[in-house]
Amino acid sequence: MGDKADVWQGTLALMTLKTIEAMGPLHGYGIARRIEQTSGNLLSLNYGTLYPALLRLEQEGSIVSEWGLSENNRKAKFYKLTRAGRKQLQKETRDWEQTTAILARFLDPSKGPA
Amino acid sequence: MKQLRAWIFRLAGILPGERRERELADEIESHLQMHIDDNLRAGMTPDQARRVAMLKLGGVAATAQAYRERRGIPLVENLLLDVRFALRQLRKNPGFTATAILMLALGLCASVSIFAFVDAALIKPLPYRNPERLVGLFAKAPACTPCNLSYLDYLDWKRLNKVFRSLEAYNHPLFMLSTPLGTEAANGTRVSGGFFRTLGVLPVLGRDFYAGEDLPAAPRTVILSYAVWQKRYRGKPDVIGQTVTLNGELHTVIGVLPREFHFAPAEPSDYWTTLHPAPGCDLHRGCHGMFGIARLKDGVSVSTALADVVLIAQQLEKQYPDSNHGFSAMAVPLTEAVVGNLRAVLLVLLSGAGLLLLIATVNIASLLLVRSESRRREMAVRSSLGASRARLIRQFVAEALVLVAAGGAIGLTSAGWVMQLLKKLIPPNRLDGMPFLHDLGLNLRVVLFAAAISLLAALLFSLTPALRLRLPEMRAGLAEGSRGSAGTTWRNLGSKLVILELATAVALLAGAGLLGQSLYRLLHVEIGLRPDRLASVYVMAPASRYSLVRQCVALERRIVSDIANLPGVKSVGITSALPVRSNDQGTWIRVMGKPRLGDHNDVLDRDVSSGYLATIGARLLRGRYFTDAEDSSKPHVVIVNQAMAKRFFPGEDPLGKQISFSSDPPVPMEIVGLVEDIKEGPLDIATFPAMYVPFNQNADNGFAVVVRTSVDGESLLSTLAGAIHAIDPGVVTEGGMMMTARIGDSQSAYLHRSTAWLVGGFAALALLLSVVGLYSVVAYSVGQRTREIGVRMALGAEPGAVYRLILKEAGWLTAGGIVLGLAGSLAVGALMRGVLFGVNSWDMPTLAAVAGVLGVAALLACYIPARRAASVNPVEALRAE
Repeated sequence: MGDKADVWQGTLALMTLKTIEAMGPLHGYGIARRIEQTSGNLLSLNYGTLYPALLRLEQEGSIVSEWGLSENNRKAKFYKLTRAGRKQLQKETRDWEQTTAILARFLDPSKGPA
Repeated sequence: MKQLRAWIFRLAGILPGERRERELADEIESHLQMHIDDNLRAGMTPDQARRVAMLKLGGVAATAQAYRERRGIPLVENLLLDVRFALRQLRKNPGFTATAILMLALGLCASVSIFAFVDAALIKPLPYRNPERLVGLFAKAPACTPCNLSYLDYLDWKRLNKVFRSLEAYNHPLFMLSTPLGTEAANGTRVSGGFFRTLGVLPVLGRDFYAGEDLPAAPRTVILSYAVWQKRYRGKPDVIGQTVTLNGELHTVIGVLPREFHFAPAEPSDYWTTLHPAPGCDLHRGCHGMFGIARLKDGVSVSTALADVVLIAQQLEKQYPDSNHGFSAMAVPLTEAVVGNLRAVLLVLLSGAGLLLLIATVNIASLLLVRSESRRREMAVRSSLGASRARLIRQFVAEALVLVAAGGAIGLTSAGWVMQLLKKLIPPNRLDGMPFLHDLGLNLRVVLFAAAISLLAALLFSLTPALRLRLPEMRAGLAEGSRGSAGTTWRNLGSKLVILELATAVALLAGAGLLGQSLYRLLHVEIGLRPDRLASVYVMAPASRYSLVRQCVALERRIVSDIANLPGVKSVGITSALPVRSNDQGTWIRVMGKPRLGDHNDVLDRDVSSGYLATIGARLLRGRYFTDAEDSSKPHVVIVNQAMAKRFFPGEDPLGKQISFSSDPPVPMEIVGLVEDIKEGPLDIATFPAMYVPFNQNADNGFAVVVRTSVDGESLLSTLAGAIHAIDPGVVTEGGMMMTARIGDSQSAYLHRSTAWLVGGFAALALLLSVVGLYSVVAYSVGQRTREIGVRMALGAEPGAVYRLILKEAGWLTAGGIVLGLAGSLAVGALMRGVLFGVNSWDMPTLAAVAGVLGVAALLACYIPARRAASVNPVEALRAE
């Protein structure tokens, strides 16, 4: 897979939630493609790993699923963000921003505490 | 919250989910189709499009697996699989399964049922506020431990003590209740004013007694028990303010006690009135008719309290030497006073049931060992197919869980049933005295006890076979694929377990034997009277019309003459207290012409009619009985028993000597007769000095009538009551009973009998189980050694030699069990010393008999496999390899 990065632990759920928030109800294949596109094709996603992640989000109540028809008239299972999922997304976004900010300070000491 | 929700879904996901499986497949399929569509649009060939899509998706099987694991909980699902497999395994072997489950259920049932009694009597707190701060107070003298207090002593104890927050008294007389249908006997208790406040009990209806409501001037009031409120007043609240006539006096109902209230020392008790000390016994310091209870001050221990009351008793002894000489004091935790000698008995029973449970579990454990032995091959195959050791052990755990769950469920259900049955076997009058048994049942503590035992059993049953799972050995098991070298390890361990079982059975049998002997001795104690065809009934005449000796004597003479004329009656007698009851109604005497003090001159005092001693079949050794003419107008006379003669006139002839009650001035009575000891007190207590004085010289309005009948007297009991009522309808009769039943049902005989029967039952079951255990060990060993035996026989061994071979092995096991068990029996006997009567804990004949019984039973158990071994056909045995 060349120099493409693998999806690292814990971020797939966040990406999935963000994607569904941005795109509205979407099926698994759509979510997978969208994640790759958004990353500028820098991420390599093994599509199969998406489904256990989706199941987990559904069990946690962040998303709900429903069978529907795709743009090409294929039967597909669509995932939709719930209110709890929206909250979860906000929280995880904040956490992630905090984490990256902290890491950034480590990596660039010149921006250290004033 | 989020986690919880996810777990609930996962738990739900454990259930078989074909639909969910299908749904994932559909979703993956639709994913692939969409990807292929896109690829085709991008210009790939159909083959290429499909291949790329599949590649990008990754392994479908891996996805499905990850999905599945996420969906359910793998550990639980595996366990369920194990359980399902265990069920299949157990069903394949119904004999083993049924035996194991039944044995466990039996052991559990026995121990849980007994534990429920222990819980109700010893663990469950009494229904009072801080019951552990309550003590029972008694007087203490050689004649009676514990003895009652006198009312005046109670007042002094109450005034002088420094250790009690409050101190109260009660007694438990028979009440005469007037109803529209006539006068009848009723159970009641007289208490001092603060009695219920001291216990910390509030009436559910109405009010408690006021302080001072127990004084002579206060109006008469009564508090009802919940039961009598329900029964006589149908639970109506307007009962408050109504009146009840007790002992001829109007009492106003002021309250109703809570349903759960009970006070065993005075139970059964329906009417609770205040003491209202009356002239007579209550105001006479030498007349002991009360019991005391008290609540300790904070920080005061029972032993401190005891020291304090003993000090007070000593002080009173100095102050009132006439009445108090020789009386010390006793203070015990109230729980002890309530439960009494039941504690020792219950602990013996619980130990018995525990030993039975031990045998049952050991038996099952050894059965499981046998099974694991014959499943070595299965385990070897499974482990070489990749099952981890943990997974194999889990299989045993699953099997143990299934066995214990089934055995536990059956055991617990039957225990709930058996404990009620045992309770029903308790005679009602005994049960009344043990009110704490009323709500006996499967409460939380009992269920927890059962759960704890089950858990331990499950642990034992999983560990025993799992111990056998050592990997190198398992491989060997596969390589050998064999039966030939039947695990010597198992034979060692299994035989040790059997020795343990046999030893336990011996100990239980010895316990049962000792108890049985003890019961026999108790029932054959020399009681100095002929109890067969002897009817007895208590009589109480209203004090208002029978306060004078003259009136009571007239009643007595009338009763004696009327009853003597009834058909089937041979003779009639009257006494102030029936034999084989308790060492109460004692008194103080002085021997005329001897120094007055310096001795505990207490003897039992029985006021008897002229015909009484002849009627009960007492044996006159010297002198004569009374005549009916000897009343207050004649010189005072007395008959003494041997114990009394030995005590006060050692080496002298008691006839013609004079004694007197401790009155001042003394009224001498001449000893005119000497009778053989009559067992006045409990069967298991040595006969106390007793004297018999003419009823006609000391009459009282309460007494017992005894009747020697020529026919079986049971039917005569109601005739007796009828004849007495015909004389005066105001006279109450109570507790009509044949003397044999009275003796058989006396507290000591009853406790002995029930303990002996229960422990005997446990011992019989233990014998059965341990012999079955021995049988299975020997039978298994014979099965394993078939080839060896075949070789021996092929080489010329006689069947007799084979018998000897097997019986020798069994003999060693049995001998080991018996020796170990006899050693244990000594410990058991020592533990039971408190409940044994007239038999040593190392009683040789009992131990020898037990060893004999077990030896014979063991021999029988081994005979079957030995016979099978001897009839082995060497050709077949060798070919079968």
